[in-house]
Amino acid sequence: MIITELKPLDQIINMVQPYKKIFVVGCTGCGTICHTCGDAQVKNMAGMIGGIRNVVGTIVLEYPCDARVVNTALYEEVGDDHVDAFLVMACGAGIQTISETFDTVCIPAVETIGLGKTEVVGRYIERCRACGDCILYDTAGICPMTRCAKGLMNGPCGGQADGKCEVGGWKNDCAWVLIYERLKKLGRLGQFKEFRDAKKHKLSVGPRELVWRREYEDDFK
Amino acid sequence: MILSNLLLNLSKKIFTITGEIEPLKTTSVNEIIKTALTLNGYVTAVNITDNPQAFAYMGGLYPAHLIQREIGMETIYQLTCRDKNRLGLFSDLLAASAAGIRNTLALTGDHTTLGDNPNAKPVFDLDSVQLTQMVRRMVDQGVDLNGNEIEKPPMLHVGVAANPNAKPLEPEILKLEKKVRVGAEFVQTQVVYEIDQAKEFLKDTTYLNTPTLIGICPLKSVKMAKWFDKECPGISIPEEY
Repeated sequence: MIITELKPLDQIINMVQPYKKIFVVGCTGCGTICHTCGDAQVKNMAGMIGGIRNVVGTIVLEYPCDARVVNTALYEEVGDDHVDAFLVMACGAGIQTISETFDTVCIPAVETIGLGKTEVVGRYIERCRACGDCILYDTAGICPMTRCAKGLMNGPCGGQADGKCEVGGWKNDCAWVLIYERLKKLGRLGQFKEFRDAKKHKLSVGPRELVWRREYEDDFK
Repeated sequence: MILSNLLLNLSKKIFTITGEIEPLKTTSVNEIIKTALTLNGYVTAVNITDNPQAFAYMGGLYPAHLIQREIGMETIYQLTCRDKNRLGLFSDLLAASAAGIRNTLALTGDHTTLGDNPNAKPVFDLDSVQLTQMVRRMVDQGVDLNGNEIEKPPMLHVGVAANPNAKPLEPEILKLEKKVRVGAEFVQTQVVYEIDQAKEFLKDTTYLNTPTLIGICPLKSVKMAKWFDKECPGISIPEEY
């Protein structure tokens, strides 16, 4: 899931200030699970912004990151009405999909934090950096690119004590101590000793794009 | 390759002392030269740090070169993975060798968020094991990490760090084992204040058969002792100090 967090309200107000007619867009996907971009948050935002600016409409889109959804659902909703700015409550992908579809200013209402897991409602933890070169098998399912502050690939640094990481004030676990403990538990400590070559950063140079390969197409025949 | 004085001593199993000098946030090298002069004759080589604790200081290359040229002391040019990617590290290693520097220490580097420019982008393109491997590839095979040839390869020895204070200790030792496997030639440890801990660590790493220098940092004040005890991961200072 893509984790999002509401931007500070004064920052949002500063950005919407120059525009008269505002249209607020939310997301039924990840943003709803995060309780940042759902129906309730869109209504709440419209109420707050409505005090200073004219909110001409709201919609919670089913995946604003899908160009087809934006082209149809949002297009139909807005129609030929004049909108000065969209205030978008969705991740960066959602914001840009809308921005690429309309010649209208798009204002981000949330920060995109990363790819993560939902632990409980209100607690979301980053778990993937989308590096394009997954080593989770080697590391017993614990991602050092995400969970080690330095993204180290061959073991812990000197900044750990009792399995905690000094970065962030000793509250996070040292990813490499977790990896060590889990590999040991699974009887795979030999894996820990394997030297891992320098990361192929070429694989994550943006903008990345996926175009279906032949084998995907065959699935749909 | 002719051994550096440091490696010559270590290979002969001579008890060896190295020192450390920290370039600071200044363009003046007076203090550096003054400190080097006080160490001259007492140490085999002197470490020149690379932005320790992620504080932005003068780079180590020029001071290391200057100490060698002006005083004739051998230096250990420290390099961290925090500020430079594999291109930057490679360039500095070539320059270091061109300047006659013979020893380098491959370090991960303290995290940017703990330093005096906490919003800096942390690099960590390589980790310390991969940096060690790169140095050895440059020296032994005359190539960069991508296999491109170096016209005149550098003459450098590479050392690594280890932390005897680490708890748990086993992953630390397994990482050190990897560093040795890719070609680390000597080890310098984090400061240790408990003699038993140092002995224990040397015993646990005997199998690696690599000369190890235990880190010692004389305490100048109670305040400094308290700082180490509180701020440095794993370092505990016994009461008797």
